[in-house]
Amino acid sequence: MESSRRIFFKIAGLSALGLSTKPVLDAFAKEQAQDTLPEPQTQKGAEALIARQWAMVIDTRKFNSAEDMVPLIKACHKIHNVPKFENKRHEIKWIWEEEYHNAFPMKASKFISEKVEHTPFLVLCNHCENPPCVRACPTKATFKRESDGIVLMDFHRCIGCRFCMAACPFGARSFNFRDPRPFITKINKQFPTRMKGVVEKCNFCAERLAVGQMPACVEASNGALMFGDLYDPESEVRKLIKTNYTIRRKQALGTDPAVYYIV
Amino acid sequence: MKDKKIIIAGLLIFLIILFSPFLYNIFVNAGSAQPAPELVLTEKAKAAKECVRSTDYMTAEHMRVLDLWRHSVVRNAERIYVNSKGKEFTMSLSNTCLDCHSNKAEFCDRCHNYASVRPYCWDCHIDNPKEKE
Repeated sequence: MESSRRIFFKIAGLSALGLSTKPVLDAFAKEQAQDTLPEPQTQKGAEALIARQWAMVIDTRKFNSAEDMVPLIKACHKIHNVPKFENKRHEIKWIWEEEYHNAFPMKASKFISEKVEHTPFLVLCNHCENPPCVRACPTKATFKRESDGIVLMDFHRCIGCRFCMAACPFGARSFNFRDPRPFITKINKQFPTRMKGVVEKCNFCAERLAVGQMPACVEASNGALMFGDLYDPESEVRKLIKTNYTIRRKQALGTDPAVYYIV
Repeated sequence: MKDKKIIIAGLLIFLIILFSPFLYNIFVNAGSAQPAPELVLTEKAKAAKECVRSTDYMTAEHMRVLDLWRHSVVRNAERIYVNSKGKEFTMSLSNTCLDCHSNKAEFCDRCHNYASVRPYCWDCHIDNPKEKE
């Protein structure tokens, strides 16, 4: 071999280059090794209640006055950190009472029974099977949950445009015009509050169903409210709907509400 | 190449201006940089040794974990997180993360302030679930 010095340098250079790749390869090998651990999974809790479409039956015969509804409303608003605003225009409501002719405007006839006329009706988000608010939401912050039919809000994604409020024919949604925190009487630390500029509404107690509890209003109602799977023929709500005459709010609009009223 | 001198001088000035922040920090402002905040762990966090994933991963990617958690809880109705070691956690920022890391001011805020990140978690989520009031 001639010019051996030149070749020697070439080989030495290449070897050095080869050695320098070792740390890089090691790093790749390490990454590979980490990948062999199973990926973290998410799953439902063992005690979570499951349904195809949650529905509620409200037996209005069991309410005699507005006072009967106060504990239910209080129970809901307390655990969900719903603020109390004195100013009606800032009011936030998840579940509230409504006069018959406002709750069921298409059904109000000229002269109706005293009791129906003067006992308020308990109203909340209907968790419609065909929810117009979901179609109106430009960010998909409001969505119909595939797994259980709850019309839910992702507050992280709400931009506060209020299209959903315009779309909801039941007035079930409220907008946080102000920071709600100072107006919450006693904060339930297990549940988040909301911030200024988002819309909120009843969530059918999704957080309670996930741990095997019935919604707060149902629990506080002494059996006046029933809750269950609309598509389970054996469920309590289906039996009630089958054996009683029930009405739904503004049924003609085709939103298919999941809250039924026995009158 | 009549203007060689001018061009080289110009380039030199350009490079000096380009690297001036670094040069400033090296020569003029040496040693005055804020030290990176150290992570303070509560007794409970120390005892647990490892978070839901490895410490390295949590330091760099905790926001990804939180993103996954919120998506999974709100949209998929799945509230249990099973990590790669098979351990189960309830996915909740206030009730699970802050259960161990109850020192939010030292654990979260210091580093976020240092890195000038302003997450809006606490606008809604309760930041002191363990304190009385």
